[in-house]
Amino acid sequence: MADTTLDAKGLNCPLPILRAKKALKEMASGQVLAIEATDPGSAKDFESFCTQTGNELIKASEAGGVFYYEIRKP
Amino acid sequence: MAQKKLAIIATKGTLDFAYPPLILATTAAALDYEVTIFWTFYGLQVLKKNRSLKISPLGNPAMPMPIPMPVLVQALPGMESMATIMMKQKMVSKGVASIDELMDMAIESEVKMIACQMTVDLFDFKHEELMDGLEYAGAARFFEVAQEADITLFI
Repeated sequence: MADTTLDAKGLNCPLPILRAKKALKEMASGQVLAIEATDPGSAKDFESFCTQTGNELIKASEAGGVFYYEIRKP
Repeated sequence: MAQKKLAIIATKGTLDFAYPPLILATTAAALDYEVTIFWTFYGLQVLKKNRSLKISPLGNPAMPMPIPMPVLVQALPGMESMATIMMKQKMVSKGVASIDELMDMAIESEVKMIACQMTVDLFDFKHEELMDGLEYAGAARFFEVAQEADITLFI
């Protein structure tokens, strides 16, 4: 279960990543951020974001054009 | 791990070319890079307090147009503002951030901005016309930044 949810639907690169970064900044270590996005580029971007920042991508899925991610702050 | 560093030289001042340096700078900042942008020549337009950036269909053969348009038509008065208005509307409808938003986010994420003093003088810009918090310096300062950088981009 996510601690915070970010609605990034309708936003395009680089906004979903920037908003996610901002949201994670406010969160505590171990907490989970859920993100909903409609930018198809966000799938690879959130993978890369997590690889480079040490955040853990614990879930990535897509349904009906909405991409859903869960990221755990280290 | 030492903080990674990105250095960008931004030389262009049209609306479409203001995007790449700011998108890359804000994204790199989100990836914990220390980012510096060296703004020179037409790039200084992006630093203006009252920036009114435009796109021009002229000399941009790859720009998608709603209807095929001969170059002479594109050169008519008012075509540039029309193309700019249409591009801005399209960007809003596609959820693309505005330049003002991206600039605010860059400042918020502590992207360092250096303005090229030589081109400020060349275009007779006043420091008051440009954003606050800029550093004014020359090419030697850029090399100091670039030498430390992991990635350097010229845009």
